[in-house]
Amino acid sequence: MRTITVVGGSLGGYSAAQQLRAQGFDGRLVVVGTEVHLPYDRPPLSKDFLKGQIGTADLALGEQQDFDELEAEWRLGEFAARLRPADAGIELYSGEQIGTDGVVIATGASTRVLPGSAGVGGVHTLRTLEDAQALREELTTGRPNVVVIGAGFIGAEVASSCAALGLDVTIVEAAELPLARVLGTRLASACAALHSEHGVAVRFGAGVEELRSAAGHVVGVRLATGEELPADVVVAGIGVQPNTGWLSGSGLSLHDGVLCDSGGVTDLSNVVAVGDVARVFRPDLGRNVRTEHWATANGQPRIAVRNLLDGITNEQHTDMPYFWSDQYGVRIQFAGFVHPEDDVRIIDGDIEDRCFLAQYERDGRPVGVLAFNHPRGFGRARRQLSRPTLDVATS
Amino acid sequence: MFAVCRTEELPPGESARVVADVPIAVFNADGEYYAVDDTCTHQDASLSEGFLEGCFVECPLHAAFFDLRTGMPTCLPAKRPVRTHAVTVDNGVIYVDVTPRRTAGQDAALEQESVA
Repeated sequence: MRTITVVGGSLGGYSAAQQLRAQGFDGRLVVVGTEVHLPYDRPPLSKDFLKGQIGTADLALGEQQDFDELEAEWRLGEFAARLRPADAGIELYSGEQIGTDGVVIATGASTRVLPGSAGVGGVHTLRTLEDAQALREELTTGRPNVVVIGAGFIGAEVASSCAALGLDVTIVEAAELPLARVLGTRLASACAALHSEHGVAVRFGAGVEELRSAAGHVVGVRLATGEELPADVVVAGIGVQPNTGWLSGSGLSLHDGVLCDSGGVTDLSNVVAVGDVARVFRPDLGRNVRTEHWATANGQPRIAVRNLLDGITNEQHTDMPYFWSDQYGVRIQFAGFVHPEDDVRIIDGDIEDRCFLAQYERDGRPVGVLAFNHPRGFGRARRQLSRPTLDVATS
Repeated sequence: MFAVCRTEELPPGESARVVADVPIAVFNADGEYYAVDDTCTHQDASLSEGFLEGCFVECPLHAAFFDLRTGMPTCLPAKRPVRTHAVTVDNGVIYVDVTPRRTAGQDAALEQESVA
C-alpha cells in the first residue's frame, strides 16, 4: 500500500497512525480530523479540566516531536463526506479527493442531544474540548444551579466536578437505578450512593418532560413527575451515537457502528475500523460488540492495523473491556463482560468503606472485576479474568 | 538518601511509596530494587499501585508499561519517561537517592521540558 488514510483524529485515529508507522508502513499517511486540534485526551474533560485543575496543554496526547515523527499529512477541521468503495478513495466536504489504498475508520461517536434543546442557552453536552470550555465558563460565572441529565459515567463525573466546584447540583436519571444493567444492582447501588453522600441531589426513575426556558436561556427542567427543578445550566449525558453517516452508500454494513470481523476488518479488506465507531464480531461471545471505552480506542488499532497491512485477518481482538471513572475522590475501575445476574463476590475491602475489590462470577469462574479505590488489587484481578465463552444469553 | 523501609518489609513483587520532594515509588522486582518517580507521566496515577511484571510496572490507570531500569514507557499513552532513582541497601535498610539519575533518554526529555 502506498497511501493509507486514517479518518478520525482522536485517540483511535492517533493510535492507528502510530501503529502504522510502528508496524513499518512508510508510505503516504493522511489523517483527517473533524476537530481543529491535534489529538488530545478526552477523559480529563469531565474531571480535572472541568474543575480547572489542568489546562488545554495538559490534554495533548503527544509532544510536537511525536507528531512530527509520524510524518503524516494532517487534514484538521475537515469532514470526510464519502468513502468511495471502488478504490477506497475519500472525499472531504472541502471537495478534496484523497486517493488511498487503505482506510482506517476512527470517526468515533457524537453525543446525543436533548430533545427540545436546540437554540436554548445553558444546555450542554460534553464530548470535545470546546464543549468542556463552554461548560466550564458557565459553571464558573456566578453560582449557577446545575441539573445533570443522565447518571451514566459522564453524567456522574460532571455532577462530581460541579459538586467539587461548590455548586448546587441535581442529577436526574430515567432508570430507577443508574448503571444497574452495566454493573448489576448491588454495585450499581454503591455507585449511585456516591451522589447523595457528596451533597448532590438525585432524582432517579424520573424522566425529563421538558426544558423550561426564558429569553432563550434555560431556567428549569420539568420532570415527568411534575416536579420542576430550577436550572441555570443543564448538562445532558445521555449517550452517544457512532459517526457512520458519511459511510452510507459505501457498501459497508452499518448497524449502530461499522460492522467488522473479529480483527476489525470491514466488508472491504482494505478498510478497517477501530474505537467507538467499530462494531466488532467476537467469536468468543458469538455476537458483535461496540465498545466506547478509552482503552478500546487505544488498544484496537494495533490489531486492526496489522490486519490492514497483511491484507487478511491474521489477528483477532480478544481484549477484555476496561474502563475507569473518577467520582467524588473515588477511582472506579471495571473490566470484563458481565451480566446483571452474575454472582458478585467482594474479594477484598468493604463496600461501605468505598475501598473494595469485587469479582463477578458465572458458573464459579471470574468474568468481571470492579474496584473502588483499589488499583493494585484491580490490576491483579483483571489479569485473572476468564476468557469469555459463547454468550448466547444476551445475543 | 532517604530510608524507605527494611528489606523484609518489601518482599518481591511489592512496592512502597515515599514522599521526598516528589513522591517516589520503590519496587522489589524479583529481588532487584528499583525506584522511579511515583506519578505516571501521562496522568495522575500512582505507579506504586501498578501491577509489577518483571522489571516493568504498569500504570494502574491506563496500562502503559514503564521499564523500571530506564524509566522509559513502552507504549502509549505515556509519552515521557519517569525519572529513575538509585536504590541502595545498607544493614537491611533500603535507601533511595532522591536526586534523580540521569540517562540519555531522560536528558533529552528533560531538555524538552525546559524548552516547553
